[in-house]
Amino acid sequence: MPIRALTGNEAMAEAMRQINPDVVAAYPITPATEIVQLFASFVADGLVDTEFVPVESEHSAIAACTGAAAAGARVMTSTASQGLALMHEILYIAAGLRAPIVICEVNRSMSSPINIHCDHSDTMGSREAGWIQIFAEDAQDAYDLTIQAIRISEEVLLPVIVSTDAFIISHSMQRVDILEDNEVQKFIGPHKSPYSLFEKTITIGPLDLQDYFFEHKRQQIDAMWKSPQIIEKVAKEFATKFGRTYGFLEQYRMEGAEQVIIACGSTCGTARVAIDTLREKGIKVGLLNLRVMRPFPHAKLLELLKSFKLVSILDRSVTMSTMGGPVYVELRSALYDAPERPLLVDYIYGLGGRDIDVEQIMDVALKGEQIIKKNKVEKPVDYIGLRE
Amino acid sequence: MALSSWKELPIGTIITKPGSAREFKTGDWRSQRPIWDPEKCIHCLICFIYCPDSSIKVNSEGKMTGIDLDYCKGCGICEEECPKQAIHMEIEKR
Repeated sequence: MPIRALTGNEAMAEAMRQINPDVVAAYPITPATEIVQLFASFVADGLVDTEFVPVESEHSAIAACTGAAAAGARVMTSTASQGLALMHEILYIAAGLRAPIVICEVNRSMSSPINIHCDHSDTMGSREAGWIQIFAEDAQDAYDLTIQAIRISEEVLLPVIVSTDAFIISHSMQRVDILEDNEVQKFIGPHKSPYSLFEKTITIGPLDLQDYFFEHKRQQIDAMWKSPQIIEKVAKEFATKFGRTYGFLEQYRMEGAEQVIIACGSTCGTARVAIDTLREKGIKVGLLNLRVMRPFPHAKLLELLKSFKLVSILDRSVTMSTMGGPVYVELRSALYDAPERPLLVDYIYGLGGRDIDVEQIMDVALKGEQIIKKNKVEKPVDYIGLRE
Repeated sequence: MALSSWKELPIGTIITKPGSAREFKTGDWRSQRPIWDPEKCIHCLICFIYCPDSSIKVNSEGKMTGIDLDYCKGCGICEEECPKQAIHMEIEKR
């Protein structure tokens, strides 16, 4: 298996080349532009068999993808930030039609103020659209998870967003272990479609009123409930074949810890360094990488976290509910049923791409020591790296 | 038509049976019912042209034979357009 130096965007584009989808309809947007641009050059160079549709907006991109998926094609696209927001309406339609589409997304803040850098406002804003949402920690994750997403979406029959972090992953060159083209093809297998416009006479997307709409939504909920099994099955098969382990949650040095830091995406990489340093100093802290946000792994989190004294959540977006960030709000809800719950503190950080460093994460754990000592959370929602 | 549970339905809102819209009796929406008077009717078929739900029944000789209440939504356009006042609307009773 060749080792290459690739940016996150190059890694995702490479995964797309090897997947060789039937249709890609896409519109470029910073910081995901490169994915679309590289893929367009693969098409121009005849390296893929894909019908590439250079549309006039992201709304059209996802609409074309949905139509192509309904026709029975294997479909992918890529976007970020405002582009994902412009897709918002069709995200629900694709999920409702159970169209297996994979979006290679790059997490970027939402305007205004206008900004092109990383936070998770865009993908977190699409949480209820009915898509499976997976966060990559680095370029290797982005590559591996894009390949797994094809299998997941086609088996669960729900669309999947795999996201990286703007610039931190998308534009940073990293070591990526690339599979052979035929290994990828063998792993994803031939495209499976729930239905196809070309096989027999069917109607797709009809008016669905009071008498059936609710039942169709219930089917989507059911698919979400069944998806963890498939996400784990695909991850296990990937690990067996290629030696890299994925799944919902990745535990890092949680054994013997009193407190846990939980984060999504690239910050987990920074946090690992902080955890190593803290552990050397005898501070009992571990890290939990929340890789899958939808479906939210509430039962696993409850089981895993209930016995710790404190969980500090790093949220790279806010809900504007005045209750903190989305990971905190949902984790808090997930832990409600535990007879003994850990204390929880939410830290909003990194909005608009503000950097987070090792010292700041170490500080979270040091503050955590004090909170554990007092057994009391004075500030349930706090900020990191904000000028007060 | 018996309604299926969510476990029985094809996924993704797809309809696998062609022409099934016929089974969707939109006449249920009606709050007023058109009453046709064959004595006054001159079979000009102006109502047939105007009816937005194709609910004016016409035989092979081009004569109006009645109103299809399975699909008539009771909009009253036929009453408005009839030059002979051969159709009038009454409140629907269920």
